[in-house]
Amino acid sequence: MTFKDKLLSSYIALEDYLEYDSPIHDVRNKAIKIFEEKGFPTRRDEAWKYTSINALLKPDYAIFSNKEKNVKLEDVRKYFLHEIDTYKIVFVDGVYNAFLSETTHDSVDVCLLSSALVKSQYQPVIEAYFNKVAKSDGLTALNTAFTREGAYIHIPAHKEVRKPIEIINFSTGNEAAIFLQPRNLIVVGENAHVQIIERHQSLTDNKTLTNAVTEVFTGKRANVDYYKIQNDRLTASLIDHTYISQEQGSNCQVHTFSFGGNIVRNNLNFYQNGERCESTMKGVTILGDRQHIDHDTLVHHTAPNCESHQDYKGLYGGRSTGVFNGKIVVDKIAQKIDAFQQNNNILIDDGASINSKPQLEIFADDVRCTHGCTIGQFDEEALFYLRSRGIGLKEAEALLMYAFANTVLESVRIPELKKRVNKLIANKIGVSLGFEL
Amino acid sequence: MGPNGSGKSTLASVIAGKEDYDVTEGEILFKDEDISELDPEERAYKGIFLSFQYPVEIPGVTVTNFIRTAINETRKAQKLEPMPGAEMLKKIREKADLLGIDRRFLSRSLNEGFSGGEKKRNEIFQMAMMDPTLAILDETDSGLDIDSLKVVADGVNALRSEDKSIVVITHYQRLLEYIVPDFVHVIMDGKIVKSGGKELALELDSKGYDWLKEELV
Repeated sequence: MTFKDKLLSSYIALEDYLEYDSPIHDVRNKAIKIFEEKGFPTRRDEAWKYTSINALLKPDYAIFSNKEKNVKLEDVRKYFLHEIDTYKIVFVDGVYNAFLSETTHDSVDVCLLSSALVKSQYQPVIEAYFNKVAKSDGLTALNTAFTREGAYIHIPAHKEVRKPIEIINFSTGNEAAIFLQPRNLIVVGENAHVQIIERHQSLTDNKTLTNAVTEVFTGKRANVDYYKIQNDRLTASLIDHTYISQEQGSNCQVHTFSFGGNIVRNNLNFYQNGERCESTMKGVTILGDRQHIDHDTLVHHTAPNCESHQDYKGLYGGRSTGVFNGKIVVDKIAQKIDAFQQNNNILIDDGASINSKPQLEIFADDVRCTHGCTIGQFDEEALFYLRSRGIGLKEAEALLMYAFANTVLESVRIPELKKRVNKLIANKIGVSLGFEL
Repeated sequence: MGPNGSGKSTLASVIAGKEDYDVTEGEILFKDEDISELDPEERAYKGIFLSFQYPVEIPGVTVTNFIRTAINETRKAQKLEPMPGAEMLKKIREKADLLGIDRRFLSRSLNEGFSGGEKKRNEIFQMAMMDPTLAILDETDSGLDIDSLKVVADGVNALRSEDKSIVVITHYQRLLEYIVPDFVHVIMDGKIVKSGGKELALELDSKGYDWLKEELV
């Protein structure tokens, strides 16, 4: 039985298990049919040309975890941003963990999707927003069909959420191999302000495959500041689909820090549906061994007078491989757009490689779209300059790597998070420089 | 001194240990030790400093973090403890004031967006911080206006002492009015062709390099 077959037959069991008249019942049914028809992507799909997930589909994954494993706070504390006060929505093997979480209904809703799907007071939001921006490719549809649990965040108009919200998915290794499909729904009201930190973490070397979908709806003039920390074990793979819908005057920023994992695919999509929107996508990727990452970004400008800004930096050592596919679409009526896209990569070792493809589809005639991509090695002149001041070769290379990553770190608005990421970068590079960026 | 293409900068780079160049013959003796096999950083630990003709831009690293790393890496190599933060800050401010460098400059990315003159001043600032035994100044005067020239010269002159050496590479006599040389060597086609005192510089200034070429023939 293939993994696809296993999933299709498990779907029936899922509907039985849920036992209620779900408002998303129809949505799920439509989605499973789409998955049945489209299946998993292969190399023959243009968007997956450089990323094969065949090996990831081979293990005998547990699709539901029925055994509950206890996770001690002291074992996982380091994965939280414990230096500051945050809201936390924590899942262990796909199941909500109340002990590690800190949710709230105090003027904002920071809670679970499973509750929101059942309780009547959430029904209007679910009907208005669930699956309204997510697309219908095979993998997204698969997640939609199996929607059961994830984060539900609803920020009403004009509310500034003072504490960042951490969404963390742990897998305990209770099963030899587990397939997780978290689904997050984030609705931010007019002029509201929220910061979110998302992370997936395996606690053992048992295989984990995560197929995550996050929908974010940003109201007029609202502000969403989103950080993805991807520093999982080499036995964990992640396929992430994040869909962001923006209303007039809103500002969304997503930072993706990718240092871990086996195969990681980030599909990040911004849809600007009103004037004066701003979208920012930044990433720092540092890989080694045989790690693989694929950043697939899309900004769709449908209204005039908007901006978008993309800056992805990659450092590839060992025999790691990277893909950057950055698409910018500007509709005919979207005049006076200022779109900037930059992808810079340094190949540290001969065995590493990267494929970078900018894609611009511009139908308006009064726009500014700048794009640039570089792939190279360390600047020899810069290395000599540093060494002539007594900085050894290894430290000089590390300094240049830090400097390289810095342009992205500059825009991190949570100081403690910036410090954390700095440490992760230092660990990954293997050299400590005695200062922070 | 010497005309364009005579090998002045190449000589400076070779002494500092630039790996683009292969030393095929001869030795570089510094305090009786041959340093021609040493890495650039090892030469820095011995006390050699090169002020670059074209200082490199390093976006993302501030002037302060750069110089702090350089000093502490050097101290590490010399088996010393890192310089305490307060002492480092004090020294940075002192040298910055000496060279008329605005404090805000120190938190800018190294050489990024600096004018030619600002880059050169930053080189002398680094020299003042590193306190080398041998400082090689490669065309430090190019791109400097008179005021900057004076400030830079003062910075260099403050370093002069019995146990320190300074090699000033320049085209023009102007800088040498402020940094008065003890010796002048002229390079042509990679060879030192004439040596003398400070008067040699004045002579070259009034008669030009062509005079010297004819004299040698």
